[in-house]
Amino acid sequence: MENLVLLSIGDQGWGDELLAGLMITLMLALLALPVGLFIGTSVAALSISSSRIGRLFALFYTTLIRGLPELLTLFIIYHGVGLLLNQVVKWFSPNVKYVEFSPFLAGVIALGLVFSSYAAEVIRGAWQAMDKGQKEAGIALAMNRWLIFWFVERPQIIRLALPGLGNLWINLLKDTALVSVIALDDLMRAANIAVGATKKPFFFYLSVCLLYWLICVLCERVLFKMETRLNRGIHTGR
Amino acid sequence: MLAIIERFGPMLIDGALITLKITAISVTLAAMLALPLSLLRIQASKKLRWPVQMFISFFRGTPLIAQLFLLYYGTGQFRPVLMELGLWGFFRDPLNCALLTFTLNSAAYQTEILRGALQSVDRRSIEAGRAMGMPNLLLYRHIVLPLAYRTAFPALGNEAILMLKGGAVASVITVMDLMGQTRRAFSQSFDISLYLVAALMYLTISIVFVVLWRYAERYLNRHRILQQRRRSSRSTILN
Repeated sequence: MENLVLLSIGDQGWGDELLAGLMITLMLALLALPVGLFIGTSVAALSISSSRIGRLFALFYTTLIRGLPELLTLFIIYHGVGLLLNQVVKWFSPNVKYVEFSPFLAGVIALGLVFSSYAAEVIRGAWQAMDKGQKEAGIALAMNRWLIFWFVERPQIIRLALPGLGNLWINLLKDTALVSVIALDDLMRAANIAVGATKKPFFFYLSVCLLYWLICVLCERVLFKMETRLNRGIHTGR
Repeated sequence: MLAIIERFGPMLIDGALITLKITAISVTLAAMLALPLSLLRIQASKKLRWPVQMFISFFRGTPLIAQLFLLYYGTGQFRPVLMELGLWGFFRDPLNCALLTFTLNSAAYQTEILRGALQSVDRRSIEAGRAMGMPNLLLYRHIVLPLAYRTAFPALGNEAILMLKGGAVASVITVMDLMGQTRRAFSQSFDISLYLVAALMYLTISIVFVVLWRYAERYLNRHRILQQRRRSSRSTILN
């Protein structure tokens, strides 16, 4: 019973603090997603382009970021861009003492980069799995490159890449917990603060775990529904 | 950059050794856990399957860092009980907690990988074994498991790499692995190139591992490579 009070909303409970943290977590994931998808699609386009340098760059990019721990990527962005920002500011106006680089922005960029490197591989696979005749039909209709991409290729890439991207989305949600290390008040850090005040670590960390679990299971359900919907016009030949 | 390497290099190498140790131990222990778990997971009986499914879902559906906090800080709430049981000495050490968390986490992923591989074993191979009158143990040892592990091999390698990278969160509970040493060195020098050196070290470890794993995979599939060669040489003769 007293544990329920601890999770209640208001002065006595930590429910509202945890919910505020959850909002930050979800915002972070929802903002990192379009960043990651955009970069991921661009890198995928490079990796199947005819330009040798483009392909090499795509290979370098995906190998590099997928080979680094997510935590390290986060620190490199947070501290690295922070230092760079200060150098630039100092260059322009030497009077400014120190500019704080927003941990939220660092989180969005780092998580977006991590997502993009994995997404690039998934999207490339989907792009290559698509029937060549689709593109040729577009060319035969005198569509230009962008029209073909947007109206012919993109809808089918989404269908083929969705299972892979869905997994990545769930990984992204879980990776958001890492930003608590750079002092961003997400769900994980809200739990840390609650633990510091109440000395009930097991209770709060378990609650947070269950909350993450619930969200992930919900997302899996939704993704499954989306996949069935996207495949509704496809006959599997049985 | 050179001065930094001279000053912190030994620290980083110590950390890298800890990282390697953590990854190797937890992935190996997890592999031992994953085999019985995956056999339970493909059981027809719901009572046996259900707890394993929950275990897999929990460890795959929550962040590794949250699991780590739950096991390291969370057990502190039961300190008197654990002291009585004589387990406190284990849970007090962050390295032990990290190893336990990573083992359970990796076991969940490996179980799921093995399950897929076990289910993809061709039924005809199993039926052939049965027809020869093989008892279950022999059947699994000589037919099912070799085939399943061969299928699962690349995915298991990927899982080991994920563990190597995910293991960096151990630094948050003061384990001095490569990430932990890098963070300490950074807090002493504020030199960003330290992170780049650490990145290079992580990359080197995973690239070396990938290459070795691919060699092992080739070795496991050597009969197929021979078959392919024979087939292609035969076709050249026919042509």
